[in-house]
Amino acid sequence: MSNDLLEIVLLSLRVSGFALLISALAGIPVGAFLGLRRFPGRRLLVATLYTGMGFPPVVIGLFVYLLLARSGPLSSLNLPFLPALFTPGAMILAQSIIAFPLIAGFSMAAVMAVDPQVRLQVRSLGATDRQAALTILSEARLGVLVSLIAGFGGIISEVGAVMLVGGNIEGRTRVLTTAIVLETRKGNFELALALGFVLLGLTFVANLAMLRLQGKSIDE
Amino acid sequence: MSSPVYRIRNLVKAYNGRRVLQVDHLDVQRGEAFAIVGPSGAGKSTLLRLLNFLEPPTEGQIFFDETEFSAVREVPVENRRRVTTVFQRPMLLNRSVWGNVHYGLGLRGQRNAADKTSAALEVVGLAALASQPARTLSGGEAQRVALARAIALEPEVLLLDEPSANLDPYNIGLIEATVQALNREKQVTLVLVTHNIFQARRLAQRLALFLDGQVIEVTGVEEFFENPSDPRTAAFVRGELIY
Repeated sequence: MSNDLLEIVLLSLRVSGFALLISALAGIPVGAFLGLRRFPGRRLLVATLYTGMGFPPVVIGLFVYLLLARSGPLSSLNLPFLPALFTPGAMILAQSIIAFPLIAGFSMAAVMAVDPQVRLQVRSLGATDRQAALTILSEARLGVLVSLIAGFGGIISEVGAVMLVGGNIEGRTRVLTTAIVLETRKGNFELALALGFVLLGLTFVANLAMLRLQGKSIDE
Repeated sequence: MSSPVYRIRNLVKAYNGRRVLQVDHLDVQRGEAFAIVGPSGAGKSTLLRLLNFLEPPTEGQIFFDETEFSAVREVPVENRRRVTTVFQRPMLLNRSVWGNVHYGLGLRGQRNAADKTSAALEVVGLAALASQPARTLSGGEAQRVALARAIALEPEVLLLDEPSANLDPYNIGLIEATVQALNREKQVTLVLVTHNIFQARRLAQRLALFLDGQVIEVTGVEEFFENPSDPRTAAFVRGELIY
């Protein structure tokens, strides 16, 4: 593997890995909350979440672009944690937004699929609300794992948003998907195909690793 | 005469405006074995959920010792943890047998949790299956794990909701012997909900007949079976259908 390719692979993993981490840290608790609690406005939130699950990544990329652009609404605030356009940080932000509804939505569905009697049982055994929620999440762990796999699959293979906010700058923001687009446009189909296989292999290995983390084999 | 552990006053539970339980006055004495019998839909299981503070009453109060439980007053977790329920369905968690029995102790951060877990599994005769995934057990074994999980917590009150429904005689006998020993030797208060009046007779010192969410009669076990004061109790004991 050439150094250039290795750099692209590592950046792809770094961007999508961080984005997955951020969206999981936000999405799993939100999904668990929506799955376990009933409150006014919940239906609207759930409908919004489901809409987000089907939102075109390129549109999210456009929003993030406009948000971070020099003429954007946040530019005058000079917020230190906001990344600049055409940086890996901007790509992480866009991918986090893409993965969040997938992870929250699938986590919510997984939590809701746990028998309500389990919740009664764990409360009967003395669980506090927080302990009960963590136990239900643990019972729903296979579904939560699916949410992570869906989120990761959604962002590692996404091209529109990272192209918009990253700019596909060689050595800085070029990731596997944007490199595939570039090489295809240049007519380097063999290299584009090779990059595609690397992407497929990475996705497969990452999913396998997540399954192993759960102590489950893919035969289950 | 022992003091009541529960005092139920003007208790109402309603779902979507429909009253499913209305108990004006009922006491459960500390250390007694109290059975609630009646047909399906009589409100027995609803009362048990309220006694475990799993759902709030719609109206009225349950006093657990001096702690009030009502629509506007929750029971602190320390008091809630003095009571636990074995439900008709064991609802084991997706972990090992040992992990299930250890679960409640782990929530409390108890010392000697491992010893208590092992001891509870010994009591129900399942120590050999400790490392087995709980969801691979038979129905009878699963219910014994549920019982072990409850007794490991050393509750002051053990609520039993049809704990041996659909089980074979061996497992029924084992469960009954275990809860009877808890009641007699450790003075654990038992509240048993059952369709099986023979089981109620074997285990309880007092019985209550529930019908349509209301208490029809509360009396000692001998009187309940030999000389009930309400004709509906007499009919129920004779095995007639009441509704």
